[in-house]
Amino acid sequence: MTTTQLNRKLTNALVLLRVFIGWHFLYEGIVKVYNPDWTSFGYLASAQGPFSSVFGALTGEAILPWVDTMNWLALMFVGITLILGIFEKAGALVGMALLAMYYLAHPSFPWLDQINVEGSYWFVNKNLIELVACWILFLQPTGATFGLTRLLSKTKTAQS
Amino acid sequence: MSWTRREALFGLGGIPILGAIWWAGARGTVGKRRERDAILETLNIQPSLPPAVPAIGGEPVKVGVIGFGIRGEQLCRALGYATDEWIADMEEATALAKAEGRPFTALEDFRNQDPLNVRIVGVCDIFDARAEKAIRSFSDEQTTVKRYRTYTEMIGSGDVEAVVIATPDHWHAPMAMEALRNNVHVYVEKPMTHTLSETYELRDTALNSKGILQVGHQHRQTLSFKTAQDIIDKGILGHVSLITTNTNRNDDNGAWNYEIHPDASPDTIDWAQFLGSAPEIPFNLNHFFRWRKWWAYGSGLSGDLLTHDYDRLNCVLKMGIPASVMASGGIYTHRDGRNVPDVFQANMEFPDFSTGSSQVKGKEKGMTFVYSASLGNGLNRPTMLMGHDASMELGNRLTIWPDGRSTRFAPMLEEGKMEPQSPIYHYNPAATALDGVSSATSQYFADKGLMWTYIDGRRVDSTFLHMREWLSAIRNDGPVSCGIQEGFEEAISAHMAGLSWKLGRRVEWDAEAQRVKPIDEIDLDAALLESPPGVGVPPEQMG
Repeated sequence: MTTTQLNRKLTNALVLLRVFIGWHFLYEGIVKVYNPDWTSFGYLASAQGPFSSVFGALTGEAILPWVDTMNWLALMFVGITLILGIFEKAGALVGMALLAMYYLAHPSFPWLDQINVEGSYWFVNKNLIELVACWILFLQPTGATFGLTRLLSKTKTAQS
Repeated sequence: MSWTRREALFGLGGIPILGAIWWAGARGTVGKRRERDAILETLNIQPSLPPAVPAIGGEPVKVGVIGFGIRGEQLCRALGYATDEWIADMEEATALAKAEGRPFTALEDFRNQDPLNVRIVGVCDIFDARAEKAIRSFSDEQTTVKRYRTYTEMIGSGDVEAVVIATPDHWHAPMAMEALRNNVHVYVEKPMTHTLSETYELRDTALNSKGILQVGHQHRQTLSFKTAQDIIDKGILGHVSLITTNTNRNDDNGAWNYEIHPDASPDTIDWAQFLGSAPEIPFNLNHFFRWRKWWAYGSGLSGDLLTHDYDRLNCVLKMGIPASVMASGGIYTHRDGRNVPDVFQANMEFPDFSTGSSQVKGKEKGMTFVYSASLGNGLNRPTMLMGHDASMELGNRLTIWPDGRSTRFAPMLEEGKMEPQSPIYHYNPAATALDGVSSATSQYFADKGLMWTYIDGRRVDSTFLHMREWLSAIRNDGPVSCGIQEGFEEAISAHMAGLSWKLGRRVEWDAEAQRVKPIDEIDLDAALLESPPGVGVPPEQMG
């Protein structure tokens, strides 16, 4: 197996990972946008761990609507950039930031009660894994293989 | 610029994926909302709005507190008066909760409570430590809280316009009647009375008094119960044939084994006044602090906790006094010298009551109200209203499930728009509020909607609302939620249950005569008050 082949396979796998993570983020964002009753209140108010008071402070009447809007905007930004394969480094970074906050609001520490989680975790949970996956996407953009970046780079090449 | 097909596929391939996800997410979410809206439109339930009461104008209402024990202190907090000791305790509890990273909002809730136009001017407690605590905590530059040795002295002083009565049960009626005869307004804790004859007499007294009487069933202010009334009025549940309500507690506090104050002694307590009409016995700390455990002063589960559940339902259904009551139970979990049961079941029959019917006329009529209690188990059994068309869980939240065999919902069930196991309605005024509850007993009351309600997502003490309504009624001569008729129905129903347990017989109500039906030659009040020897021995006497 040559290095080129390995790289191509790895790149294809990374493209799939990028699209799936984008898919996940976009769907979460869309569901919130189209549901006017949705609020992050419950998630924030029940926050645990060392930063619970910080998340609790976000539930204030004045800021909660902003927090909610920023959340779905960020989710959709990550989703759109990762699926379309454009500005994906920015998308991956925002994704990491969101996931870090989700993790810190309800960290899988064994001494905390796990609320509203599906599965069993010991420090590492799905949010943390997805965060690391976003890091990989940040380090290794694949939009030039599958995504709008490919067209833009070709256009640039053609123009130059 | 020339793009090959391959280039276009790899460059633009993300767009259809994005479109598909967008479409799927939007369609699913909007579809679910439409289905839900269709059901809600069918049900047409109007979640209640916060109660508005006319302002408590003029000079502050001058209030005297009779009985400054555990409940008396809570009632004063609802009026805006907390003891220095309570504030210190809460500050400590708040700091501890903060350190442990859990919410605890009791002190914050108290400080956020709207001020009431009221002034506590007097206290009457027969235990020096309690009376002195009230004086020390509630006196300020304007007012020195005055201590009265007896309730008659306080009521006759002319210095109090209204009294709050939070004494043992056997003192409720004598004090309330004394106040009402002097046109002093009364807020009295439940059960309103201790005997049947007192109940009849108090109703006559209240109807002839200018004083406004409010019985302490604060849950009548709970928003979910007002919404539940709308649900019943619209016949959503169909004919309700069975109601199950429950008490489950499994701790000493819940079984009325309250703390005994270290300063309590015959020198600091007016024992003769405590006893009042109760059988004369030597000074007894257990009886003084834990009076709920004896029929001589309290009414056991029937008067203490059944009354809450009965009135919660009477407030929603307005079913009145049961035609008959059968009760059973025993002293099975706390054999500590008490003579009131700690496991208790009462079945109340309402053969002529109906919440309406979706079936052929005349098929359905009548309802049984079951109260089931144990002080030796802490499972949270919800209050359920079971109708032909739907079942409703009633608490601070409301949930309605359609019945699989409902007549009213048959078309929607057939079309798959409703499923028996899926709730069709859920009302949770607390959805945007944060709870910080500590003890098992307070959680017990909170779940039942007995402690607080939610207004615009903010937690509000329901006792505060109940007090505010009473004070507003005093100044504006308005109605109260739990006046003499509601109190009468609650007290009679509770006494029927207690009597049935004591006699081991069915106790019936004569609606026409407005009296409990005589049973043989038995003196019903004597039977109700009878104090059999306690079961078991107090813990301090155990080896």
